[in-house]
Amino acid sequence: MEVLSDNNWALSVGTFLPLVGVLVMLFIPKAQETATKAVALLTSVATLGVGVYTLTQFNFDQAGKMQFVAQTNWISVLKSTYFVGIDGISLPLYLLSMVITVLVTIYSWNHVPEPGNTKAFFALMLILQTGMAGTFIARDLILFFVFFELVLLPMYFMIGVWGGEHRQYASLKFFLYTMFGSALMLVAFLALFFKTGAESFSIPFLIEHGAGISRSAQIWIFGGMFVGFAIKVPMFPFHTWLPDAHTEAPTQGSVILAAVLLKLGTYGFVRIAIPILPVAAKEWAPWIGLLAVVGIIYGALGCLAQTDMKRLIAFSSVAHMGFVMLGISTLTSFGVNAAVFGMVAHGLITGMLFFVAGSVKERYHTLEIARLSGMLKQMPRMGWIMGFCVMASLGLPGLAGFWGEFPAILSAYQPAAGLSEVTFRIFMVIAAIGTVLAAGYLLWLFQRTAFGEPAAEFGGDSHDDHGGGIHDVNVFEWMAWTPLLVAILVLGVYPNLLFKIIDPAVQGVLSAFGG
Amino acid sequence: MFAALFSVFATAADWVSPSVDYHALAPEIILAGGIVLVLLLDLFTSENNKWMLGPVTSFTLLGAFIPVLTLALNDAGTRSLFEGRYVVDNFSLTMKGLFVLAGYLVVLLSSDYLREGDFYEGEYWVLMLSSLLGMVMMASSRDLVSIFVSLEFLSIPAYMMAAWRKRDLKSNEAGVKYFLLGVFASALMLYGMSLLYGISNSTLLTDIGTYVSGDMSAIRAVAVLFVVVGFAFKISAVPFHTWAPDTYEGAPTPVTAFLSVASKAAGFVALLTVVYVGFPNASEVWQPVFWILAALTMTVGNVMALRQTNIVRMLAYSSISQGGFILMPLAIAGEGDSAGAALRAVVTYLLVYAATNLGVFAVVIAVARKTRSGAISSYGGLFSYAPGLATVMTIFMASLTGIPPLGGWIGKFGSFQALVSAGTTWGYALAVIGAVNTVIAFGYYGNMMREMWMRPVPDGDTSPVVVPSALIVALGITTFATLLLGILPGLVLHFGDLANLAGAFGG
Repeated sequence: MEVLSDNNWALSVGTFLPLVGVLVMLFIPKAQETATKAVALLTSVATLGVGVYTLTQFNFDQAGKMQFVAQTNWISVLKSTYFVGIDGISLPLYLLSMVITVLVTIYSWNHVPEPGNTKAFFALMLILQTGMAGTFIARDLILFFVFFELVLLPMYFMIGVWGGEHRQYASLKFFLYTMFGSALMLVAFLALFFKTGAESFSIPFLIEHGAGISRSAQIWIFGGMFVGFAIKVPMFPFHTWLPDAHTEAPTQGSVILAAVLLKLGTYGFVRIAIPILPVAAKEWAPWIGLLAVVGIIYGALGCLAQTDMKRLIAFSSVAHMGFVMLGISTLTSFGVNAAVFGMVAHGLITGMLFFVAGSVKERYHTLEIARLSGMLKQMPRMGWIMGFCVMASLGLPGLAGFWGEFPAILSAYQPAAGLSEVTFRIFMVIAAIGTVLAAGYLLWLFQRTAFGEPAAEFGGDSHDDHGGGIHDVNVFEWMAWTPLLVAILVLGVYPNLLFKIIDPAVQGVLSAFGG
Repeated sequence: MFAALFSVFATAADWVSPSVDYHALAPEIILAGGIVLVLLLDLFTSENNKWMLGPVTSFTLLGAFIPVLTLALNDAGTRSLFEGRYVVDNFSLTMKGLFVLAGYLVVLLSSDYLREGDFYEGEYWVLMLSSLLGMVMMASSRDLVSIFVSLEFLSIPAYMMAAWRKRDLKSNEAGVKYFLLGVFASALMLYGMSLLYGISNSTLLTDIGTYVSGDMSAIRAVAVLFVVVGFAFKISAVPFHTWAPDTYEGAPTPVTAFLSVASKAAGFVALLTVVYVGFPNASEVWQPVFWILAALTMTVGNVMALRQTNIVRMLAYSSISQGGFILMPLAIAGEGDSAGAALRAVVTYLLVYAATNLGVFAVVIAVARKTRSGAISSYGGLFSYAPGLATVMTIFMASLTGIPPLGGWIGKFGSFQALVSAGTTWGYALAVIGAVNTVIAFGYYGNMMREMWMRPVPDGDTSPVVVPSALIVALGITTFATLLLGILPGLVLHFGDLANLAGAFGG
């Protein structure tokens, strides 16, 4: 079978291995929680192992080309094939999903949220992993859609079962929004299929033939995809599910949601909507840019108004994804490079912030900013980790966040040929104001929670490890967080590590726009 | 008058027995044999030995499945009997397989239910087999008379089965309502059929196909309309659906499963046959009708399902709305070469829907053994004390919603694909309505999931649910089928690869 020749197996195994773990878990009695956790950890580490193997075998000189390509018959009646491959855009996101799952599993070792049920929790997490990894490697629209949807239910349950007080409302909202988007997206995919002669769902084929579709049809089809992807990103005005979902989700859910799930939407724009429908992309670009900057400002203002730390971080996601979308909307390789970098950076940083928020909540049993203070005194390590992430998030040069945000703003100065320079320069100015606001709300958050004296209700000034039940970062947290913190720093100091992989692939995606 | 009667006898004298292809008729013959066998066994066995009737019924059904398989694997192609009035082709074999296997699953759902309740057993099995025989015959009928006979054959036992809880008022209401509206629908259909016969002087559908074409005079349009509306009752399409919720709620749960899957599929089979063979050239009449029926059926079914508090009533409306999705492709089946895609979409959807919906009812029956309640709220916290049942129910609910990679997805996908393939504004518009309805449907399917996973156990009774082995087998088969159809849809799409069949149909 072609799938198993050469190194072709690596992607399929890396994607489906978590499901094997789920199967094994089904046979472990519910009471044996440690065994369940061990299987989950082992599976996610083994999956990451396959991912790392993929990385070592990846030909970096050919990062613009699809590698590890495997194609075999799947649903021949529907002209859909099992077609996977990975290039410089997919690789970082594919690995990010694996790393995040391992770290979340480690973090969950002694943090299984209420109401327990370890088995179901870890099984859902592994199913999520398959869906996320699969979305980033799919080269066939139907396969992409299947993986894209596969993440829906596990996340729905993760929020709805293990979430906070309003979990049922939040999970339903999350599900209905996303599902509505995907339904329209599917209709758009089908229209695309028939407009290109009903021959294949494979993305390379559609890229080759998509440009031939009439302008008005392209605009409609792009519109359908836009709704699907924009809800996932989420872009203003489709973002309202996000703050609720993030606030109510358990820490693990928030981390996965922020770090990986949101990227499925932006990835869809870069991988599918823009290269297949270049004419429509140009028509839509100014509107996407407009919504992106509205999102940046709206998200920032939303942050300033929040009283809950987790909700604040959720709104900051809206703003950050706005920068990513602004980069994409310029349709220049500079902008899209920044966007892909921004996706990875946002994944690392916001994922980390949600981890911190989760640990803070666990210790203080509240995330109300007004009630928190003096974290630096009470648990200095946690406080400084938070400080580090806040700096990274606001785009401090030398940390990963900077390389996603700054080039994205810069790219708006010179959008692709055919797009109005004036419009995009206005966007640029607005986005730049957004960074100032970002610094404002993030530093204000840090100042209110970390500085000052610890609140009396949480054991006052006692800052030994036993004081008031507030203890500093524990060993599982260190294990889960260190890789993220190191990655934020390394990518911040040497961004070329990532850019050199992304850039060739981005050139390929944008070949229709003349680079 | 005597002269006319005499001439009938005169022709009867020349009558030669038609050559019968016994292989082609084997499924029907085995089922008929099974009916007689069960009836006789019921007469001559004591009360203590009645248990054997269920297994005999299931062996009959599995036995009938064997010739379906051998016929399908046989390369002889389409077998046409009785001058084209009874046809065994891929389409009819696919549907026969569906009916027989669905019947087998209903036996699994029924056996413990019957034994534990105060029910007549032997008669139940006989009626069920009779109804299934009617369905199997329906799949092959290509003549107005045989279609009507099959339809009554499958319906009349079902009327009685709906009222099988003899001393229960609701069950009686279910049976009577189903009977009255069923008869009303038959009358409408018969009227249409009589007009068709008047137009074409033939009861053979292919003959009718040549007459019902070209310039649509009012009489032709009315004939087509009446027949379509008659079947719309059978598939409980809005606004002809009003019997379904009451009947489904009142009937014993396994019977409801039978009605909502097998009976409904039979209605669709008849509709497909009539439309594809009888009215292929009258698409300007039936396309708008199906468009309106599909849009109304899925929307009204969904909106009504949202407000139900009883699980079976919710499933009744869900089944109505699913029927709307199955109808969708027929709204464009007359456009260019979309006929094949539409037929394939309907058949695929029916197969997937059968597997999933029977599974849902298996769970409902299993849970009701413990809770003795039909309220949706009685599923609260199911996951905490019956994780297996809750998980498979979640899979079924997700499949009915249409979430990949579960079976229901491939059904919905096929419908959307067929609609978009037509490339007409009406097709796109219906696809968008369908997309919106998919989201609405999650309102109640998701509500079930929420009950099971996120809500507390209503009375704090967390004793486990005892699931009898027959139900476990049924759940295993339906879960496996739901997953398999979603992940490797090629299997069923290939089996139901009916694009070429539409040609055979029309000819």
